[in-house]
Amino acid sequence: MHPLHIFLSLGALLFLLGVFLVLTRRNAVMALMGVELMLNAANLNFVAFSRYDQIDLDGQMAALFVIVLAAAEVAVGLALILNLYRRKHSIDLSDSRELLG
Amino acid sequence: MEAATTIQTVLFWTFSVLGLAGAVGLLFNRNAVYAALSLVLNFFSIAGLYLSLGAEFLAAVQILVYAGAIMVLFLFVIMLLNMQEEKGVFTFDIRRGAAFILGFAFVAEMMVVLKGFWNHEAGGEFTYGKVEPIGRALLTDYLFPFEMISIVLIAALIGAILVARRHTHQEG
Repeated sequence: MHPLHIFLSLGALLFLLGVFLVLTRRNAVMALMGVELMLNAANLNFVAFSRYDQIDLDGQMAALFVIVLAAAEVAVGLALILNLYRRKHSIDLSDSRELLG
Repeated sequence: MEAATTIQTVLFWTFSVLGLAGAVGLLFNRNAVYAALSLVLNFFSIAGLYLSLGAEFLAAVQILVYAGAIMVLFLFVIMLLNMQEEKGVFTFDIRRGAAFILGFAFVAEMMVVLKGFWNHEAGGEFTYGKVEPIGRALLTDYLFPFEMISIVLIAALIGAILVARRHTHQEG
């Protein structure tokens, strides 16, 4: 097997790309995809730790629950985006500034 | 533990490069459907990495839930909203360039630190990732979190239906 830090570095890189996507895109659907990428990167770390430190199932269980939560998050997020589009006819995040004070 | 065999090395690097390529494709695709498809590529290669880490059940769940359910939901919404291609994905001003350089310097530093701290090899045979131990654990040690996550999931789905519902007798 490869040493653990390779998996952690890959997770860090994927997480970085997800953060970049969320921060730079103004399209709400693309930002949500960036969140998915970040969740996947974190999951990769969980599974790698579970494999390398022999902590039984804890890491894999955390990853499993994160997958379920990601499904719930996507359902709610996409419903919000649909509703936003119906009200504003735009899903550009910078068009929604009612709470900007 | 013996060093990585050739086939393991080849599989690992294939899946890593494919996963990174999927993520980069997601970043730089202006067409939302193509971006979603490159995210699918990323999910599949992460499932491959799970397999190489001995997490067989998680690899199957990753493909079923992420590539199967979540991405279909994304594609439905993209096609429902009829999203046109974005402009200005590549806009670079000086602040964004500086943030880019600083971010990559930070990640490079983090990789060096990780290499110093977590440079150990996996030991022994690993059989926890199969279906039977996970199913047993879900219904014994993890019974309470399992029930809680079911409640969270059903609450989220009911909430999603309520939010996305078309209001016929209100404004809009």
